[in-house]
Order: sequence, then C-alpha cells, then structure tokens
Amino acid sequence: MKKNWPLWEIFVRSKNGLEHRHFGSLHAADAEMALENARDVYTRRNEGVSIWVVESKHITASNPEHNGELFEPAQDKVYRHPTFYDLPDEVKHM
Amino acid sequence: MSEEQIRSLERQFEARIARDEKIEPKDWMPEKYRQTHIRQMSQHAHSEIVGMLPEANWITRAPSLRRKVALLAKVQDEAGHGLYLYSAAETLGISREEMYEQLHTGKAKYSSIFNYPTLTWADMGAIGWLVDGAAIINQVPLCNTSFGPYARAMVRVCKEESFHQRQGYEIMLKLCNGTPEQKDMAQDALNRWWWPSLMMLGPTDEASVHTEQSMKWKLKRKTNDELRQQFIDQTVPQADILGLTIPDPDLKWNEERGSYDFGVINWDEFWQVVKGHGPMNKERMKARVNAWEGGEWVRDAAMAFAEKQRERREKQVV
Repeated sequence: MKKNWPLWEIFVRSKNGLEHRHFGSLHAADAEMALENARDVYTRRNEGVSIWVVESKHITASNPEHNGELFEPAQDKVYRHPTFYDLPDEVKHM
Repeated sequence: MSEEQIRSLERQFEARIARDEKIEPKDWMPEKYRQTHIRQMSQHAHSEIVGMLPEANWITRAPSLRRKVALLAKVQDEAGHGLYLYSAAETLGISREEMYEQLHTGKAKYSSIFNYPTLTWADMGAIGWLVDGAAIINQVPLCNTSFGPYARAMVRVCKEESFHQRQGYEIMLKLCNGTPEQKDMAQDALNRWWWPSLMMLGPTDEASVHTEQSMKWKLKRKTNDELRQQFIDQTVPQADILGLTIPDPDLKWNEERGSYDFGVINWDEFWQVVKGHGPMNKERMKARVNAWEGGEWVRDAAMAFAEKQRERREKQVV
C-alpha cells in the first residue's frame, strides 16, 4: 500500500493559565494517534496538561520574503506606544 | 537569480548569523547551509535511534527493577531525541522516508560508538557515564546553534540528557563499591569504552574538514580537540572517585597547561569503524532494517484504519 503517515504539529499547554505553545511535530496515521504519540514524545516529564494536534498541511504560513510589507509598516507608528505622549511629571497613575 | 544577487544574499545571511539571529526553515539560505544541516541533523537523529540498540540489549537482564525502569526511560528518551531531530530536519524539505532510506542503505552515517558491543551489565554504566558524557559535551553548544529548529530540539535533548549520565555513573559507583568481581567488571567496561568515547568527539582538528564552516554557522563552538580535552579533564577525576584506572599509560596532569596530557588515539580503528568494519556495524543495520520492514504492515494497517474511520465520519455527515 505504501502510504506514509502524515505530519502533525503539536501544541502543548504546560499548565493552566498559559497558552498552548508549539512543541514540534511528529508523524501519525490519525488525530487520535497523533495525541497519543505527542504524549510520549513531548510530555514524558510532566511538560503539559493539554495537547492540541493539527495536521501540518492545514497550517498556512506567511512567507518570510514578504516580511517587509507585512511587518515594517508597524515600525513607524510610534504613536501606538504610551511613551509617544508627553505628560508633565506631576501627573500620577498614568 | 544572478550570481551577484546570490552573493549579496549570502553576505546578508552570514551577517545575520554573526549577529546571533536565528535562521528559520522558510528563510532564504545558501544551498550548502541547507544540505549541511540536513546531513548533520539526520545523522544526529540516526545516532539516537541506533543508540537505543546497544542498551536495549540489557533491558530484560537489568539486575533490579530500579535499574530496569531507569534504563527503559533512558532508551525511550533516545527514541524521543531521534524524533525531535528527524522532525527538525524535515523542516528543511527532506522526508522521513528519505532519511530512513539513507540510513538503511549506509549512505548516512551515525555515531561510530554504537558499533561496539555491550558485553556486560557494567557497559550500561560505562555508556551512561562516558558516551552520554561525551554526547553532552558535543550537544550543549548546539543549544545556541544558528538554525532555530535544531537549537530548540537540542535544548530539550540537553535537559533530558543529564539524567542519562548520572544513572550511568551510579551504576559504576555501585559496581565499584561491590565485590572484587563487580569492580573488575566496571574496570573492564572502562577499558573498552574509554578510547571509543574519545573518538566520539570527532577527528583531530587537522583531519576535520568541516570545522571552519561549522564554526561560522555555529554548528560548532569549540573544535574537536578542545572538546576532547574538556571531556578528559572532567572525566579523570570522576574515574578517581570510582577508584578505576583510565587505560592510558600516557595520561598525566600537566601543571603548565592546567589539563591532562593523554596518549595517541588509534585513528585507524576509528576510520575502520566509520567505514563499516566495526564489530557491530552489520548487526545494527540489520536490526534497523528489520524493524522498518517488519513494521510495515502495522503502519499500513494504521493508515487503512484511519482512512476507514474518516470515510465513515464523512458518510454520517451526508
């Protein structure tokens, strides 16, 4: 038959209160197996309390070649930061 | 792209690494960087996977339950380390199957140390202490290497590796404090594993062809000879605590250098083993190929089951 197991991306929440974070990837036949494998590969030492798996092909990633047009416009918008605004020192709690 | 454009991209690329910026899989990179990383990461992964075999040999014969659970956990970690590294290599566009293919056909290498046999229980001690000790020295600098997925995998590997060395040293300690026969067994294991462990840190700087480029890309922070010296300097006092003798008559503290002088390494043996003529090369490959081929029906069955489940779900939706 020769059909290879697809690749899955693994996200782990290390403890409640924190977000799921990308831990790595692995191969599995289906989602359930991906969860079981993720438990063995990425949480052998209590690294997590919750796991998300998503097949890698479903992730759309931005292209680093477009980083200029995507991210640079934010650089000259200093007025989005609190330090842009001049206030006298007497003003407290702001 | 013109050659001039490529050269300019390469200059920018090298500058990024020099500034300690990380390179991520989709970033532009010189073809040589990609190939070198695929080679190094996949061979590192193969070493972890083949490295399970010499120790698996002793799992069923571990002398106590405590030793058995520790050895099982260590071997399982090695499987995990292999998987972290394979998936890091896959981000550069090589498939898992291609990597296995390269291992099974002998195109890709793995660490030569795993081509030596594990003859007694003391070898589990010596491997943890010396082989994992040398591996840690090799691996710690890689936590800061330039390729992001490799560096991240190595951070996890290094965190887990220190238990491996400690469990090995504890085995040695127990044997050395046991009966004279047990202590002899520990000495015998040290005698057999010492020189291969020194070779594990790679050819001498004069014979090492990749060092300069690897330094630039932060695949290396120190040369092989520097790492070897570090390994010897930290291991000799550990052998003293065990009351064991390092099998090197030329080993001597050099006050001036603040390091140990040591004897000549048998590099002919090293190259023989690299070329496939070590005591266990054929066995190791046979075990890997058997596992892969014998497991094919399981992989196929899991895939068929997954597809059937999916079809069933899709029908229910309709």
